[in-house]
Amino acid sequence: MSTAQYLRCLGGIVRRELLRWVNQRGRFVSALVRPLVWLAVFAAGFRAVLGVSIIPPYDTYIPYEVYIAPGLAGMIQLFSGMQSSLSMVYDREMGSMRTLMISPFPRWFLLSSKLLAGVVVSIVQVYVFLAIAWFWEIEPPPVGYVLVLPALLLSGLMLGALGLVLSSFIRQLENFAGVMNFVIFPMFFASSALYPLWRVKESSLTLYWICQCNPFTHAVELIRFALYGEVNLVSAAVVAGFLLIFLEAAVWGYDPGRGFLARRAGAE
Amino acid sequence: MAGLSHTFGPRKALDRVSFAVGPGDFTVLLGQNGAGKTTLFALVTRLYHASGGSIEVFGSDIRRNPQSALSRMGVVFQQPTLDLDLTVEQNLLYHASLHGMPRSRALQRAESELGRVDLLERRRDRVRTLSGGQRRRVEVARALLHEPDLLLLDEPTVGLDMASRQFLINHVRGLCATRQLAALWATHLIDEASDDSRVVVLHRGRILASGPVPEVRAETGAPSLQAAFAALTSQDAIAT
Repeated sequence: MSTAQYLRCLGGIVRRELLRWVNQRGRFVSALVRPLVWLAVFAAGFRAVLGVSIIPPYDTYIPYEVYIAPGLAGMIQLFSGMQSSLSMVYDREMGSMRTLMISPFPRWFLLSSKLLAGVVVSIVQVYVFLAIAWFWEIEPPPVGYVLVLPALLLSGLMLGALGLVLSSFIRQLENFAGVMNFVIFPMFFASSALYPLWRVKESSLTLYWICQCNPFTHAVELIRFALYGEVNLVSAAVVAGFLLIFLEAAVWGYDPGRGFLARRAGAE
Repeated sequence: MAGLSHTFGPRKALDRVSFAVGPGDFTVLLGQNGAGKTTLFALVTRLYHASGGSIEVFGSDIRRNPQSALSRMGVVFQQPTLDLDLTVEQNLLYHASLHGMPRSRALQRAESELGRVDLLERRRDRVRTLSGGQRRRVEVARALLHEPDLLLLDEPTVGLDMASRQFLINHVRGLCATRQLAALWATHLIDEASDDSRVVVLHRGRILASGPVPEVRAETGAPSLQAAFAALTSQDAIAT
């Protein structure tokens, strides 16, 4: 297989994911409405309760809406990562997965391409969200909109890879509600998406450390700093590290000799 | 495939299965539900590895050289695998990209294969708007897009009306005759194996008979393949 063939394969997988997303209007709308509801309702309600002091990367006092916007961008990617991987595999017959797996390209490449395709979709969603959020006076510097792209790519890949791992290992989670309760909500709430970690530290040191170890915290911080023109190296390194771990685990899970496909077939 | 075995825990899904499908052969893999047909397809398409035995596709071992084996194989799965919200052509182009085909070549091949299954004029329609029989025909066209030498079809006629069934059978048989395509057609419908086809009778993971239909009939002394199948499976039930 030549490089051109690899690129065609990747292009085809990304194109399909975009077409599916555009064609499924319900998915398109709900992906946008979810963070906007948080921004318009939740943030407005909590604005008076939660004061945010000056913390990096911000150089002044900021309204609560501004604080949670990067967290909501992360939430879009978190949902997107779980949804695209899980919907694919938990389609009981594994139709689309099987079509992908009989491609002659190496399995690691197919899984990575699938992952990247989901991330491209999530990045488009985040940019649409940021465009609408601008009307809520969430106005990062222009350079932030550029710098956030690599940050979104890295965080999206990490969260998508986590979705792939879950889809390959956890058979009991047969529906999205299970993933919501046991993965999305804990990851989202035990992170810096909704409140700065110094506030968490004041109330519980244990919870603070849980938040610090949560890869989603670092995805959000990576996005937050990038959006304001700065690079958070620690978060970038943590997110990249988790990406490698999750990717390795996903490839293992989908290995024809070892992973879940064989075990799953046996259970049916 | 030679000595192919697979177990799921204590249950033997396939037990030392060996047979070959040659160029131009239309081979019917005949077995009731649960005989092991779908497991066999999963192993041949490398969804997972067999516990024992080996599978070669035109000289390429599926474990050692999966790229080469998969590139020469077209598959129609038992469950529908088309994207309903995409058009027929978009589905085909996606498949072509999974084989690294250039777009111009893919469009040309899509036109040619859709023409063969009388669906060229529907290429810009969403798959959702097609009937069950038409969707199956699209899946066959898709499986043939990259010009494979081996076509695998897992219960392709389930749920189809008589006319659609006959169309599909004739189409694949025609390809075996004209393009020297090797086809493995899994089914539980005995009438899909006519006298000029080869048949492999799979029952509870084991092969009970294989060869040209008249030979299998003669071996059992049965007047029809249906009677031969009944005789073979009832003997097996007594033996076990």
